[in-house]
Amino acid sequence: MAIGVTGTPEKRKSSGSIINDPQVRGIFYQAITIIILAVLVYWTVQNTVENLQRANIASGYGFLNGRAGFDLGQSLIAFTSDSTYGRALVVGFVNTLLVAITGIITATIIGFIVGVGRLSHNWIIAKLSLAYVEVFRNIPPLLVIFFWYSGVLAILPQAREALALPFDIYVSNRGVAFPRAIFGEGSQYTLFALIIAVVASFVFARYARQRQEATGQRLPVLSIVLGLLIGLPLITFLATGAPLTFDIPVAGKFNLTGGSVVGPEFMSLFLALSFYTAAFIAEIVRAGIRGVSKGQTEAAHALGIRPRLTTRLVVVPQAMRIIIPPLTSQYLNLTKNSSLAVAVGYADLVAVGGTILNQTGQAIEVVSIWLIVYLSLSLATSLFMNWYNARMALVER
Amino acid sequence: MARRILTALFGAAVMGIGAHAASAATLDDVKAKGFVQCGVNTGLAGFAAPDASGNWSGFDVDYCKAIAAAVFGDATKVKYTPTSAKERFPALQSGEVDVLARNTTWTINRDTALGFNFRPVNYYDGQGFMVRKSLNVKSALELSGAAVCVQTGTTTELNLADYFKTNNLQYNPVVFEKLEEVNAAYDAGRCDVYTTDQSGLYSLRLTLSKPDDHMILPEIISKEPLGPAVRQGDDQWFDIVTWVHYALIQAEDFGVTQANVEEMKKSANPDVQRFLGVEADSKIGTDLGLTNEWAVNIIKAVGNYGEVFDRNIGAGSPLKIERGLNALWSKGGIQYAPPVR
Repeated sequence: MAIGVTGTPEKRKSSGSIINDPQVRGIFYQAITIIILAVLVYWTVQNTVENLQRANIASGYGFLNGRAGFDLGQSLIAFTSDSTYGRALVVGFVNTLLVAITGIITATIIGFIVGVGRLSHNWIIAKLSLAYVEVFRNIPPLLVIFFWYSGVLAILPQAREALALPFDIYVSNRGVAFPRAIFGEGSQYTLFALIIAVVASFVFARYARQRQEATGQRLPVLSIVLGLLIGLPLITFLATGAPLTFDIPVAGKFNLTGGSVVGPEFMSLFLALSFYTAAFIAEIVRAGIRGVSKGQTEAAHALGIRPRLTTRLVVVPQAMRIIIPPLTSQYLNLTKNSSLAVAVGYADLVAVGGTILNQTGQAIEVVSIWLIVYLSLSLATSLFMNWYNARMALVER
Repeated sequence: MARRILTALFGAAVMGIGAHAASAATLDDVKAKGFVQCGVNTGLAGFAAPDASGNWSGFDVDYCKAIAAAVFGDATKVKYTPTSAKERFPALQSGEVDVLARNTTWTINRDTALGFNFRPVNYYDGQGFMVRKSLNVKSALELSGAAVCVQTGTTTELNLADYFKTNNLQYNPVVFEKLEEVNAAYDAGRCDVYTTDQSGLYSLRLTLSKPDDHMILPEIISKEPLGPAVRQGDDQWFDIVTWVHYALIQAEDFGVTQANVEEMKKSANPDVQRFLGVEADSKIGTDLGLTNEWAVNIIKAVGNYGEVFDRNIGAGSPLKIERGLNALWSKGGIQYAPPVR
């Protein structure tokens, strides 16, 4: 009978000794690895606990409820020295998020401009872009941060000789001070109007696209969306009696008081991370565009599509598939590099955690919090980018 | 910093053997490796700073040398670990350093929860403020609204918050991890006020680009008793570090100096004879786990407390800090040694 020939091959019998059975061997080695790992972990934990007890160091996360006792220079949420250590860590986390998100946005914009610039037919633009990439890519990020920080401190005027710009904006080496908007009674309606306008714009844009695909007619999408986004909130704002005032910075004895201030610490970190990461993104963008076969462009031209539209509709969508995966790791790098904030005194998670570590001596707990937060941040970024990548990926039928 | 914390973690966790050594008999470990590992400041003129060729000197450095002299009879058997305010405690906890002589304030929290032991106060300090003369500020109470430069992870940072809160003053803290960074920021005008221990302010003023443009305000807002710290759980080593300080005080009290120590051995005073280990059957040094020459070795290496003070931070140094509270109790200060008997 020939049944055995087409079916799965019969399981090979070990020739005699069990030692030569590949399956038994495989299980054996895996078991050994797991046992070694378990022993190592157990031993580490055991030793740590023992040493902490011997050194009379209290352990556990209870210290997070203690009164912090120190103040923080930059905070987006309310924080005083009476707040808890836990809240201080939250302030640090929010500051990390702030610099990471703003940095990612700016780095992406600069990166795309420089990346496309490197492929420009204009000699000066191409060479300037090349110089930009080579300079920023080859300097350690910490030095870039120092460069911006000392640059900001050295070049900008002292606080009491602050440079006055229009709209009550003042620039000094204490940062940029600008009027802070104070929203009065009834401003929530303007916010609702804005949200409605955004939703309506999306719905309209979708309808316009469907209509164009079905009938070939194009609707004036841009002007209608702009009209919605600006007009609707503006009308509501005026109808509710313009409930908006400004807290304007004025010169105090030492600093400008009032208004909002963006400190030089944040500015230098933000600029440094943006410019540094943008150099890598530029190269990724260039690689992505180069990765699209030339035949695609030629085919588009042959169909009579104009160069601008060719880039937007043919090249970029295909390039994105090459760009997104490495772009993700640049975003992760930027987030992780933001921990260099400690060098310029920006109160990010690592800086605040370091202070807490020092005041409480809870080194292992604080380090574990750092690890968990950065790991979660990076994994969240990865998940988002993987989702985006899956959306952009070529759908194979 | 990351390296230190990792060292601390692994020192505490993985290196079981190293951690054992760190807790039991520090004196035996020190003798076995042949040098004292001393945690000092990264660079605070007068207290601990390396010169151009990498030789450390300063008030705290002299304490490291004195300990080495007491243990080995040789003040050069020291290795220095420069630590920032933030790194210093993990370094001591993990056993990376044997003793921390780094302008460290003795607080109950550090003495208990952090697992350290403090005893002798080698410098009675207090927190002060430095400002530019051009600001025309005469008192710390006029500082509302100022930007204040401060080093992170210090008692200074906490006192600052408490002082401004108590007096209902507003301020904007500008916080750095390293002393050099705080200096640079203050010098560049990033902040109006620099606050740290007053001794530190005198030292730091010298490093500014125009020292004469700055003044130190009269207020002292805290007690900062500075002294060497060791790990809990090793009484012998704790005793040695303690008595090195008292030996320096006792020497000044007796008038024993670096120059006359050999002569003083012949002193008729039995107290001095006992102190210098020339009394017959003296066991003071050996009971400490050292030799009977321990006090002589210390004085030969660095001189007495007064000499250490003058040379590094007092009249004989650019800092010119007054003895003040740090004079002997018999001269109006509060430096006092228990009897050597």
